[in-house]
Amino acid sequence: MSRELFKFKGGIHPPGHKDESNSRPIHAAPLPKRLVIPLRQHIGNPAKPLVNVGDRVLKGQMIAAASGTISAAVHASSSGIVSAIDMQPVPHVSGLPDLCVTIETDGRDEWTDHAPLDYQAMTPADLRMQLRDMGLAGLGGAVFPSAVKLDPGAAQTCPTLIINGGECEPWITCDDVLMRTHADDILQGVAIMRHLLGSSEILVGIEDNKPEAIAAMQTAVARMDFAVEVVTVPARYPGGGAKQMIETLTGKQVPSGKLSTDIGIQVFNVGTAYSLARAVHHGEPLISRLVTVTGHVLRPQNVEVLIGTPMHTLIALAGERDGTTGVLMGGPMMGVPMPNLDVPVVKATNCILVKSAELFPPLPRALPCIRCTRCAEACPAELQPQELFRFAKADDFGRAQEYHLFDCIECGCCSYVCPSHIPLVDFYRYAKSEIWARERDKRASDLARERHEFRQFRQEREKAEKAEKLAAKAQAKRAELAAAPAESSNAALSEADAKKALIAAALARAQAKKAEATPKNTDHLSPDTQREIEEIEARRAKIRELARKPLESEEKT
Amino acid sequence: MPSPFILSRSSVTQVMAWVLAALLPGIAVYVWLFGPGILITLALATVTALAAEAAMLKARAYPVKPFLFDLSAIVTAWLLALSLPSLAPWWLIVTGTLFAIVVAKHLYGGLGQNIFNPAMVGYAVLIVSFPVQMTQWAGPAELGPTLDLAQSAAAIFGGLDPATLDAVTMATPLDTLRTGLIQQHTVDEVMAQPIFGRFGGTGFEWLAFAFWIGGLMLWSRRIISWHIPMAFLAGVWLTAGFLHFFDAGRFGPPWFHFFAPSVALCAFFIATDPVSGATTPRGKLIFGLGAGFLTIVIRTWGGFPDGVAFAILLMNLAVPLIDQYTQPRIYGEMKKNSSDAVKEPLT
Repeated sequence: MSRELFKFKGGIHPPGHKDESNSRPIHAAPLPKRLVIPLRQHIGNPAKPLVNVGDRVLKGQMIAAASGTISAAVHASSSGIVSAIDMQPVPHVSGLPDLCVTIETDGRDEWTDHAPLDYQAMTPADLRMQLRDMGLAGLGGAVFPSAVKLDPGAAQTCPTLIINGGECEPWITCDDVLMRTHADDILQGVAIMRHLLGSSEILVGIEDNKPEAIAAMQTAVARMDFAVEVVTVPARYPGGGAKQMIETLTGKQVPSGKLSTDIGIQVFNVGTAYSLARAVHHGEPLISRLVTVTGHVLRPQNVEVLIGTPMHTLIALAGERDGTTGVLMGGPMMGVPMPNLDVPVVKATNCILVKSAELFPPLPRALPCIRCTRCAEACPAELQPQELFRFAKADDFGRAQEYHLFDCIECGCCSYVCPSHIPLVDFYRYAKSEIWARERDKRASDLARERHEFRQFRQEREKAEKAEKLAAKAQAKRAELAAAPAESSNAALSEADAKKALIAAALARAQAKKAEATPKNTDHLSPDTQREIEEIEARRAKIRELARKPLESEEKT
Repeated sequence: MPSPFILSRSSVTQVMAWVLAALLPGIAVYVWLFGPGILITLALATVTALAAEAAMLKARAYPVKPFLFDLSAIVTAWLLALSLPSLAPWWLIVTGTLFAIVVAKHLYGGLGQNIFNPAMVGYAVLIVSFPVQMTQWAGPAELGPTLDLAQSAAAIFGGLDPATLDAVTMATPLDTLRTGLIQQHTVDEVMAQPIFGRFGGTGFEWLAFAFWIGGLMLWSRRIISWHIPMAFLAGVWLTAGFLHFFDAGRFGPPWFHFFAPSVALCAFFIATDPVSGATTPRGKLIFGLGAGFLTIVIRTWGGFPDGVAFAILLMNLAVPLIDQYTQPRIYGEMKKNSSDAVKEPLT
């Protein structure tokens, strides 16, 4: 049973705070009066709405269709009337509102027609299409559309399938509790994943701080008709990150800029396996999920929540307390602060963590970096955070990129260990967004420059064409002028010929005048003299002929 | 306020406090060896450092309180005080500390910005400017009487008659070896003198061990990593060992250097200064090896009695270059890295 484990570099051991919420039974959250369901709950293109305001929708009915390959459908979590399709505040790090379908629930919670899928009879492509239309997305936090990840691609198979039961963020226990209570369903989902991916090796990695979950999964595995190895891994943040889980279990690192499937490994969260089983064996699309409500509340617990339920409902359920200083979606290491508590629970909501000054004291004042490199020791991406910080602070984004800024996973280990209390991750986010903005600007300016250069080229070309035309016109005019006096003799005379002809004509005229004025001593010449003169004239003509030739050749070139 | 929302309990103050705590065994042995005079030196350096720090923070319009209590100025003061001769006059201590804090630290930008180790800058200034006063070492307790607190105070503040001072001061083992070799004695002849003990100098070797214990404390608390101390000690041992092997009559044995308190203090407390040292694992090894090598080279052929300070300052100069060319492989980096391309976020 004991498998050789590998140690990923870096990592930290923050206080777990798991016991607060993992001992109470799972409750179903009450049906809210109003569900606000965002159309962008997954990575990729937002879903396209299929309903109109005023439509009655049933529980599980698709209200927005997947758009494109990397997308997932969105469904009504309960029955009711669509009251609005508009921009609403959503729990997203950007804090910007997004398109949502609002449903006034009718309290009947009436299901649409749904039936289990006979997945073994379906072609893999059809099955994946179905899963996309059932809105499946990774529930570990990244919400990447599951159908895409269940495609082994050109390789036909993905040899190793890892089920990630690592829940390394403090406070969160929804995966732990799900494994304790629904181990069989999770493995049903794993069977479907194995079917689609053709995996031969299946590993379930669970951290050693969840002994009950490990025991439950091992019991369930024993009942399965295929081999699944439940592996206990040491609890260390961020050991539940996909890349870290892969390295712990296999010793392999996902090459920078590539996907785990490039090295024959696919990773799914246990919650995703569970929702896959619900979708295939019960025909239920992803309309609810398990959410840990913990922190500064009276009864920290895990709740089965309909997607679209406002967060304040859950805090009320867990017992609100005085002295709340804010609410996070997710854990304290990578969680996102909520602008208000009307925002809905979405597919990515694994935890609602209520803060208090006691549990989360305000962060102390930051001091200068003393280059102690504790951050480098803690960095699971094996970066040099102190150098990245220096470059980001100096706006030296080029160097920051050279030092692999974009390999930072923003896990927060560096900030956690920093003795100077520098919010390092903030600086990296800033540098990344600046680089993206500059890339966009650069693309825009590249485009503008291209347009400008083309304009210049076009203007030059037009100028040249105009000049050519003018030159041609001028030549034609000169030729016309030249041809005028010797019209009949040669119309095809070249320009020089024309000039020479003009000169010759003038000379002839002058000679004629001269001849008229002066007595001719060429009359009555002796035949000898006459021959002599003729020879001389012939020689002159020849010289003139020779002298003209190079001129002509010059004109031609 | 974005993530993460929790912090470990570590702080700069805590790091500095551990460094000071790790110096205590060394200070205790120092008191036993050379008398309580070192306590006066430490106190004087501390007061000077804090006053200079406060004044500079105020002048630079920095909040005085958080920076004054980060204890970094006291660490600088103590390291300089422990490097100075045990009977150094008060003005030497004050000058060195002022130079360390005002010039080497604050004029370079304060905490985290100094490219040179402040304590070593202070030491280098003093040894260049006041070489005579920088040799005022008392003999170790094993070889004669030590001064009590009042006598030490008198020595430090200039109230001790020169005869008494002459009676207690003596050349350090390193000076003795140096002078002996210059006078054409062999290493064996020189090292037969009582100032030389089993490993290093009589008494001095105990001080070195105390610094080793403090260093191991820091290592076990993960305040320092093993790289620089081990590389520095290896650099010292290998260089001295090579020379000694080459000509045992002219070059002191490696263990003599290895067990010198100056080498121990440097290995665990001075070379490990994070601000002015290399940061990458391979860089730390190069930094330590280079400093160890230079220490022996300067001790052997240089004009000053000890080479640690100059070795450290020279290696400080090389840190940006070392760091740049020793960047470690990152997670998932292939031999031909193509991750430089900007990755757009998928959302």
